[in-house]
Amino acid sequence: MKAEGAIRVGAGAGTSDDRLVPALELAERGDLDYLVFECLAERTVSRENLSRSKNPEQGYSPSLHNRLRMVLPACIKNGIRIVSNMGAANPLGGARAARKEAKDLGLGDIPVAVVLGDDVSNMVKSRGDLIMIENGEPLESILPKMISANAYLGADVMVEALNTGAPIVLSGRVADPSLFLAPMMHEYGWTLDDLPKIAQGTAAGHLLECTASVTGGCFGWPGKKDVPDLANNGFPFADVRADGSIVISKTPGSGGRLDVMTCTEQLIYEIHDPTAYITPDCVLDITGISLAQEAADRVRVTGARAKAATPTYKVNVGYADGYIGEGEVSYGGIDAIARAKWAGEIVKDRLKAQGFKYDDFRVDLIGVSSLHGQPDIRPEPYEVRLRMAGRTYDRKAAHAIGFEVRALHMHGPGGAGGAIEPRVRDVLAVKSVLLPKNLVNAQVLVEGTL
Amino acid sequence: MTVRVYDLAHSRAGDKGNTSNISVICYDDKHWDFLDRELTVERVAKAFQHIAKGPIKRHPLRNLKAFNFVIENALGGGVTVSLAQDIHGKSYSNVMLAIELPDPK
Repeated sequence: MKAEGAIRVGAGAGTSDDRLVPALELAERGDLDYLVFECLAERTVSRENLSRSKNPEQGYSPSLHNRLRMVLPACIKNGIRIVSNMGAANPLGGARAARKEAKDLGLGDIPVAVVLGDDVSNMVKSRGDLIMIENGEPLESILPKMISANAYLGADVMVEALNTGAPIVLSGRVADPSLFLAPMMHEYGWTLDDLPKIAQGTAAGHLLECTASVTGGCFGWPGKKDVPDLANNGFPFADVRADGSIVISKTPGSGGRLDVMTCTEQLIYEIHDPTAYITPDCVLDITGISLAQEAADRVRVTGARAKAATPTYKVNVGYADGYIGEGEVSYGGIDAIARAKWAGEIVKDRLKAQGFKYDDFRVDLIGVSSLHGQPDIRPEPYEVRLRMAGRTYDRKAAHAIGFEVRALHMHGPGGAGGAIEPRVRDVLAVKSVLLPKNLVNAQVLVEGTL
Repeated sequence: MTVRVYDLAHSRAGDKGNTSNISVICYDDKHWDFLDRELTVERVAKAFQHIAKGPIKRHPLRNLKAFNFVIENALGGGVTVSLAQDIHGKSYSNVMLAIELPDPK
């Protein structure tokens, strides 16, 4: 049970492919006030924009159906409000889908607050002068191939949505920590200029945003960093007080571990300059943070600092950037490596002879050097998997890679086995630009009756 | 005699665009000064020379008995376009842990 005077904000997903059961356990046993589902990777909104262009009803995270079906009954019963960016490229469509799920579950007419305005694709079309952060070039060059442009909105508009009282808040692109900070601001009336509290809430959001990463997932190492009952590891939550005090913990009775070690790994995760982690709400400084084990599975976070937010939103611009083709086949036993290397050369010759060209091409020996390179210094394994991959604007050229690798069964060195079907996928590339906040019109709509 | 980063610290890798960030977190606070002295940008750059072009920045985090290494041009152009198997570079923490340093004793 949470202590009196604290609110409890839980993490129900850290990616659209996150596990579902731990979120249900948290909703059932966590004594939560809010359950946050963070479901948008960098390119997800682009992908969902393509879905929406094929079917205007779609474009929200397809995982919304299974997630809500699983947790909604417990959330409604326990009075837990749901906050999520599962709206992706179509938050209104997502809200309609969520309401239908609630109705089908016999939960009645559930209103959903919808956050709009992150989609800035129309605006950036006329702003080819914006400079891309990654390569310093003007946005102009990728505008013809643009699929989506979405600003990372902040906690302020999420607070507005929470203020409606709707049990579910759905947005598109919102910065991950902001999803968690918003319920704290809403509950306690924190404003963005109350920097010590905004800093603590943002640090808590960053600790929670990857769910199991703070409870022993992506952490364990047998004999060195043991994790008890990792198979049943639980999801985390933060106990937050009005003064900004934060304790991170996890579902009672769940597996995994939550301690200073797991929290430290997650705190530094995806941070560059630790004095300046930029979110739409503040510029967080983690160099004064202390993590202290307060009790089993409870870590207190103190000392987060922040400077005021920057005047811009980061905008992810997604665009079509050709295709990636892949093929794989295995060699085992005596001289496996030599045969795999020879096979790779044969495929390259055959692709070249057909006139196919690639912007980037890669040959991996899985089991030797596919992760960290340097095949010449690695010990020889018993078996090896040859993987070849190339990026190109020519779909035929992309397909030919997997086709020729599979053909090694009959036309390559002896004893090739287990080739995959030729694989081709669309490349949805992402670049980012900064857009002045005053150009972005974030707003809240309510679907259904409050 | 040498010691590996693995013997003294744990590590996790994260990705943003084409940049990898890799934490190094001491198991015991008393090893921080040693790593501060010996786990230099040069040693890290050498370990990652076949993976990343760099540059590399090193941020000491004394409060967390940790370091944060930010390695640019490390992810084959970034998650969305990379041809690598491990597009996020999640496995890079193991390159960091395998770095050998002079014996602290």
